Amino acid sequence: MSNLESDPHLYTGVLDDREDHAPGDAPEESAGHWVRNANIGLGFSIVLTVASFLLAGSNAIYAPAIPVALIVLAIAQMGVHLVFFLHITTGPDNTNNILALAFGTLVVFLIVVGSIWIMANLSDNMMPTGQLMQMQR
Amino acid sequence: MTYTGLPASVEAIRRVREDPHRLGHRAHGPEEPVAGAGHGETGPARKRIIVGYGFWIYLLSDIVLFSCFFAAFAVLRGATAGGPTISQIVDIPRVAIETTALLLSSYTCMLSFAATNARSRLWTQIFLLITGFLGLVFVLLELQEFIELAARGITPQVSGMLTSFFGLVGLHGLHVTLGGLWLATMLAQVQVKGFRPEIVHRLICFNLFWHALDIVWIGIFTIVYLLGSLT
Repeated sequence: MSNLESDPHLYTGVLDDREDHAPGDAPEESAGHWVRNANIGLGFSIVLTVASFLLAGSNAIYAPAIPVALIVLAIAQMGVHLVFFLHITTGPDNTNNILALAFGTLVVFLIVVGSIWIMANLSDNMMPTGQLMQMQR
Repeated sequence: MTYTGLPASVEAIRRVREDPHRLGHRAHGPEEPVAGAGHGETGPARKRIIVGYGFWIYLLSDIVLFSCFFAAFAVLRGATAGGPTISQIVDIPRVAIETTALLLSSYTCMLSFAATNARSRLWTQIFLLITGFLGLVFVLLELQEFIELAARGITPQVSGMLTSFFGLVGLHGLHVTLGGLWLATMLAQVQVKGFRPEIVHRLICFNLFWHALDIVWIGIFTIVYLLGSLT
């Protein structure tokens, strides 16, 4: 029998022998691979950016939906940047990077949504300024 | 090895097809740990991985810092204190040019990294120079915007909204400026020292930094400028 089973690298053709990757750093490829990746990323980014700017100045869709559409386009474009420029993938070699990104996203979400929520609540429950002045007299 | 009745090569091809990423077949299990990957008892991971991962952690902390400024802007958006509102200070055509410059600089930055991988010093330098030039265009346009606003009497101390506006946009501009200085030192290092491992590590980190700045700018032009122009 061969010892093929115990060799962790022989068949993959997918991973190089480095096992683990830093963000922005994929298996060694020809320059053409990187240029193609950059072209795809740029193409997606241009489409999404142009869509954002056109949408903001138009009445093509229902006006109250525009902010939501803009935020969706922005998140999509961040995803494009992460995948094509920062080379975050779902492969097992990227677990550490993905976990760090997930935690960072959680913190960002808590800070932004939490601040907006708490401050909106505070300002709703705040006494009108005039009334406050009266009480202080 | 378990005997399944198939020749070893057929069995191997079947395994690769079914599990191309080898999930569940990593070196944590009974197999030999792989040296340099930071797994098992093989010692720390290689320098390149640690450098890139550490810089990734820094970038995420930087994005958390930006998120505080975003939160401040979101909260103070209506706090104009009788001063101008956000829709009166945004200038969409200029923002479109700034966005184009930064997006293209991200692209050329990536091309410079492709050239680094191909170990072409000339093209690395050329694309880094274009990246720096586009970054400079961005910073100058932003400075021009701030100067024009200041000439109209619109300064950070006028209202809470303007404080958070100048804070957020200015912080990003500061990052791009510092990134430009870093880029200049990288040009010199590549020229003098060539593609030594530590120089390539720094180029990887610089790429990550520049792309992260572009991601933050996506948030700024959407939330501050485009949403600001709606009201």
